[in-house]
Amino acid sequence: MTSATLSAAERPSLQKRWSLTTLKEQCIRLVLFCCALLSVATTAGIILVLFSETVLFFSQVSVFSFFGDTVWQPQSQDNPRFGIWPLACGTFLVAGIAGLIGMPLGLLSALYLSEYASERSRSYLKPTLEVLAGIPSIVYGYFALVFLTPYVLQPIFENVFGIEVGGFNVLSAGIVVGIMIVPTISSLSEDVLRSVPRGLREAGLALGSTKFDVSVRIVLPAALSGIMAAFLLALSRAVGETMAVTIAAGSQPDLSLNVFRSIETMTAYIVMVSLGEASVGSIEYRSLYVVAMSLFLITLAMNIVARFILRRYRNVYQ
Amino acid sequence: MLPSLSQVIAEKKAGQPPTHSQGSTAHGTPMGMPKIETRNLNFFYGERQALFDISIQVPQRNVTALIGPSGCGKSTFLRTLNRMNDIVDGARIEGSVQLDGTDIYRPNIDVVSLRKRVGMVFQKSNPFPKSVFDNVAFGPRIAGLTDRKKLGEIVESCLKRAALWEEVSHRLKDSALALSGGQQQRLCIARALATDPEVLLMDEPASALDPASTARVEDLIFELRRNYTIVIVTHNMQQAARVSEYTAFFFQGKLIEMDRTDQLFTKPKQKETEDYITGRFG
Repeated sequence: MTSATLSAAERPSLQKRWSLTTLKEQCIRLVLFCCALLSVATTAGIILVLFSETVLFFSQVSVFSFFGDTVWQPQSQDNPRFGIWPLACGTFLVAGIAGLIGMPLGLLSALYLSEYASERSRSYLKPTLEVLAGIPSIVYGYFALVFLTPYVLQPIFENVFGIEVGGFNVLSAGIVVGIMIVPTISSLSEDVLRSVPRGLREAGLALGSTKFDVSVRIVLPAALSGIMAAFLLALSRAVGETMAVTIAAGSQPDLSLNVFRSIETMTAYIVMVSLGEASVGSIEYRSLYVVAMSLFLITLAMNIVARFILRRYRNVYQ
Repeated sequence: MLPSLSQVIAEKKAGQPPTHSQGSTAHGTPMGMPKIETRNLNFFYGERQALFDISIQVPQRNVTALIGPSGCGKSTFLRTLNRMNDIVDGARIEGSVQLDGTDIYRPNIDVVSLRKRVGMVFQKSNPFPKSVFDNVAFGPRIAGLTDRKKLGEIVESCLKRAALWEEVSHRLKDSALALSGGQQQRLCIARALATDPEVLLMDEPASALDPASTARVEDLIFELRRNYTIVIVTHNMQQAARVSEYTAFFFQGKLIEMDRTDQLFTKPKQKETEDYITGRFG
């Protein structure tokens, strides 16, 4: 009522004016933008360095021998060889074992948390499970080396099956990495399981399904793509895992599927060379970048596929 | 312009005479052996009481409509009939619900087989993200049927009874989510029929559908009453008048009145019922 009676001059002008407020807004905007830019720039910088050093590496070592050779001995003075397969094999072996252990464990705990647990037990279990994710990875590695290998794996395999288990071995590394990725899998899977509409569960129950039928025949299939994405993200974490595998699996590049021996993963190689005395610009130094680049591409591909699956899944119930 | 309730009743009487012509007692409880009977049913969500002392008899092979304003407890009541409220945390029940004379809340009752006998169709159509065939075959499959030929027969007959066969017979392998809203709801009805239930509970099955689909679902309900005992929750009084033989009016968690649908809509005995059906509240 009053605004209708205001004269034109009395109404607040809509025209933009420079004031302290607008200046402040501009500054805040700029600062926030710079922060966002910083992380993008860092990523871009890392990729640029990786890329340029990789190009320099391949000017000295042929792409063919990198992907064709089966021996990795960059430190050798008389016959350095740069076949990526021993490192790739070690990496995938650890990730594979970790997956075999972490995927069922993580998925089953997610199923329990989302379908079976009461609100009360959920409120205790979920944070506890997430504490696993907060344990530094070096602790896991140490645990594998000083407990898992000597007190569990060696007694079992040497005494019962007569298989010699090395102090550094792939199996112990795979197991602890598997435990490490459980929280990633269970927390992501639980989210997708819980996002399955309640109506589907009710429909299943109303048809005379048991809780197990509902979980396995309705909820799980409906959430399958999301769970696949969770698996991929967790596996890419396992591939990139460094300290635990360096400590538990050692640094013996070996193209073999024997899980009781030491191997070297890509990440462990990077640790080793970074700690060593490879001189800047040497071929050994550059091999560091080419391994890092390979690792980066592998995890990037896995992440992209996982995100793609997740996004497609999200569209189903909208 | 919606037809008046008495018009709907009159048209129904002229067109399709009800197959059952039981009389009704003073409080509108139908004669004969009831399919479902509740006695002094009280229901609580935690501390809050949602249903008060409901005693009702649902007649066999008839459509019974539950009407009332939102939040009056009609859906809650419906869900006590197949124990769907069991999955709600803090739900508690007093009194008894009897199916063919057996109290379904007795401790030795197997809820899974109860729900096979008392099917349910929900307000929001909720087909599984599976093929049309797999949706209908779900019930028989969890009951242990694996014979593909038998499953095929069940799927076909249920889709036919749900008046959906013509539209989907050529795309049984397609995802059920690709069907239209009305088709999805009829698929859910077919899916519920596949476990061969005796009772069908329907919780506002047409509230999310367009008028044409609603009409199809209503025709279907009217057809199904020959073989099934149907309890339908609706807040559309025209719908209750069109499809049901008996109507129960719920208000604030209490059963105000139950009677033959034509009686209840033309000569309600209770003041609250009259106020509601004449649109004075709700």
